[in-house]
Amino acid sequence: MKLSGWGRYPVHDARVETPRDEADVRALVTGKRQAIARGNGRAYGDSAINLSATIDMRGLNRMLGFDAKTGQLTVEAGVILGDIIAAFLPRGWFPMVTPGTKFVSVGGAIAADVHGKNHHKDGSFRNSVDWVEVMGADGTVTRCSPRDNTALFDHTLGGMGLTGVILRAALRLRPVETAWIRQITRPAASLKDAMDIFEDAKDATYSVAWIDCLATGRNLGRSLVTLGEHASLEDLSTANRKAPFATPKTRTRSVPLDFPTFALNKFSLRAFNAAYYKAGLRQQGTRLVDWDSYFYPLDAILDWNRIYGARGFAQFQCVLPLEASEAGLSELLDTIASAGSGSFLAVLKRFGAQQSAFSFPMEGYTLALDFPISAKTHALLEDLDAITLAHGGRFYLAKDSRMSADTLAHSDARVPAFQSQRTENDWTRFSSVQSQRLAL
Amino acid sequence: MTKAPVLILGARSDIGQAIARAFAAEGYPIQLAARNAETLEPVKADIELRQNVSVSLHEFDALATETHEGFVTALPDLPDIAVSVVGYMGEQAENERDLDAAARVIRSNFEGPASILAALANAFEERGGGTLVGVSSVAGDRGRATNYVYGSAKAGFTAFLSGLRNRLAKTGVHVVTVLPGFVATQMTADMDLPAKLTAAPDEVGAATLKAVKKGQNVIYVRRIWWLIMLIIRNIPEAIFKKLSI
Ligand SMILES: Cc1cc2nc3c(=O)[nH]c(=O)nc-3n(C[C@H](O)[C@H](O)[C@H](O)COP(=O)(O)OP(=O)(O)OC[C@H]3O[C@@H](n4cnc5c(N)ncnc54)[C@H](O)[C@@H]3O)c2cc1C
Ligand SMILES: NC(=O)c1ccc[n+]([C@@H]2O[C@H](COP(=O)([O-])OP(=O)(O)OC[C@H]3O[C@@H](n4cnc5c(N)ncnc54)[C@H](OP(=O)(O)O)[C@@H]3O)[C@@H](O)[C@H]2O)c1
Repeated sequence: MKLSGWGRYPVHDARVETPRDEADVRALVTGKRQAIARGNGRAYGDSAINLSATIDMRGLNRMLGFDAKTGQLTVEAGVILGDIIAAFLPRGWFPMVTPGTKFVSVGGAIAADVHGKNHHKDGSFRNSVDWVEVMGADGTVTRCSPRDNTALFDHTLGGMGLTGVILRAALRLRPVETAWIRQITRPAASLKDAMDIFEDAKDATYSVAWIDCLATGRNLGRSLVTLGEHASLEDLSTANRKAPFATPKTRTRSVPLDFPTFALNKFSLRAFNAAYYKAGLRQQGTRLVDWDSYFYPLDAILDWNRIYGARGFAQFQCVLPLEASEAGLSELLDTIASAGSGSFLAVLKRFGAQQSAFSFPMEGYTLALDFPISAKTHALLEDLDAITLAHGGRFYLAKDSRMSADTLAHSDARVPAFQSQRTENDWTRFSSVQSQRLAL
Repeated sequence: MTKAPVLILGARSDIGQAIARAFAAEGYPIQLAARNAETLEPVKADIELRQNVSVSLHEFDALATETHEGFVTALPDLPDIAVSVVGYMGEQAENERDLDAAARVIRSNFEGPASILAALANAFEERGGGTLVGVSSVAGDRGRATNYVYGSAKAGFTAFLSGLRNRLAKTGVHVVTVLPGFVATQMTADMDLPAKLTAAPDEVGAATLKAVKKGQNVIYVRRIWWLIMLIIRNIPEAIFKKLSI
């Protein structure tokens, strides 16, 4: 069946298996075929595709237990984050860490060790995981945690499915008083301004910046930085206080067809970015925002990936170490703005410290933005790779669809250790089109 | 006010679990009855966690008809709504060769479900209210060479439901017949089904919930199947017997 990631590029013809329980998964992994697990297909590129066996884990989607004293929720790996919110937010619980879409599976969140707007404060998804059960190529299931089977735990978090199939996990949820976020928007006239706001706001629970990737010259890096806190009961109006977990239902829209490529050019994108910035200026200051609009604005447009046309798109996301961030980001933004092929939404975020064997984050700044696929884009991405390497940065595998094995090896000193762990522990049965491309 | 429970018979089925979820989302406690009921522990946990209702498990074999009255009396609460999704397709080719296999298909789709619904019907009639739901199949609307053993058993079950509805109409007990066309479940996992005619289990769940709430008698899921079967039923036998459909 034709399969791609969220970016709809590349597309491969892969054999997809749909197990319903542990025994079905065992039958698949203990065969001779190479295999990779797939969650909800929200990684952008080819990390959840294996031509001979792509194991769609969405059939294993039962919630198994909840401890209201500790907030620990046990689930099968195919449970979708949005379903956890639907079941538990009305009871006063929210995920500790969430990416920018609620349509990810727990298995996918673990395998990519995803980060949210609170990485600088709460770390990556790893910090909310008490244990994970992983099935190896021999069909045995191992429970690993920060205390037991630590090597397996360290490499499964951020290991992109390359250590085995995640079957179940126990996560800790965060108690919240309301379903609302107190949001502060601060405009930043330049990259330096935006970074200053981030550095001043280290105590804010959530922080993220939307950055106008087509502004040039003295406007280079102009952004809207938004900070957020879970609103307490006192923050709500008396009317809302009566039902603190009720929020207006977000209306979803869908994109009915692939946008023609001519709709996306530097003029339309520049106009969109400028308008977005101006709209943001009007929303300066503090407002209460419901959880869905705050964390998942893009989810309201169901298949927005069609906006970039039928050829699909690529997302670029790198992280630069703190000391090299300002210089590196300026150079990246300059290159993007002068190429004129920026995206609708470019995101800048400050990461805190990160511990783990192969996860993406490191202390510093991360920049993410997408480009419609074209020859020009491929060339631009090569330039962005080179700038990232020159500043000691690395790349997010959950977004990658085209980087070379060489680039990965230069960006990440942890690659040889990861490779040798794979051979030693008999993890090499698990591979994706991406891991083959990257020689993992 | 706490609601009376909904009983699902044959609860290891995907359709059965989808129906259970649809009612649980409305706040009904759920009774899941199946063979090897203990295997439903994760399903019980899942429904309890997502929908915040209580779920109980009950051992049940539709073919052990001598146990059915006892099964009903042993239930901790007499349900308000009881749904049978019990069914077994078998292999048509095997059913032609092996008469025991064919008998098993007939008993699993007709005798077993009819027997347990009869026992429940009597209890509901005595109470003076409740809804019985039988999940039959469009395959029962006309016998076809490719699956007439299964189809004829479903036809029997559909007729049974219609008669039961007629008998109970004045007692306050309502009977709903659910006729799915194709549904993407374990039963059909190996078949290549046309997407436009194939429902997801949750569609059957939502349609069943709606039929019970509105007191509908017979529903097709998806609704296009009503038209398809109307046409198929009306093909003259002289022509029909020569067709391969
Ligand atoms: C709109 C949007 C916004 C996003 N925002 C963010 C963000 O803010 N922060 C962030 O970190 N990411 C973000 N992402 C990326 C996304 O969170 C990750 O790609 C995540 O891994 C997707 O989960 P999935 O269930 O869709 O997994 P898939 O895309 O299906 O798979 C991703 C990886 O997980 C592995 N995997 C999945 N399930 C299992 C399993 N059961 N066992 C073993 N391995 C498994 C796959 O092999 C693959 O390597 C965003 C994506 C989108 C589309
Ligand atoms: N899928 C379709 O396209 C489709 C179309 C029309 C109608 N239907 C009908 O819908 C119903 C549900 O089917 P499904 O698709 O969900 O398939 P399914 O998973 O095979 O469900 C059938 C269920 O019936 C149970 N069962 C069979 N014999 C039993 C017995 N003696 N005692 C107790 N339980 C018994 C099975 O339990 P075990 O797990 O113990 O075997 C199984 O869980 C069936 O009646 C089927 O005929 C299905």
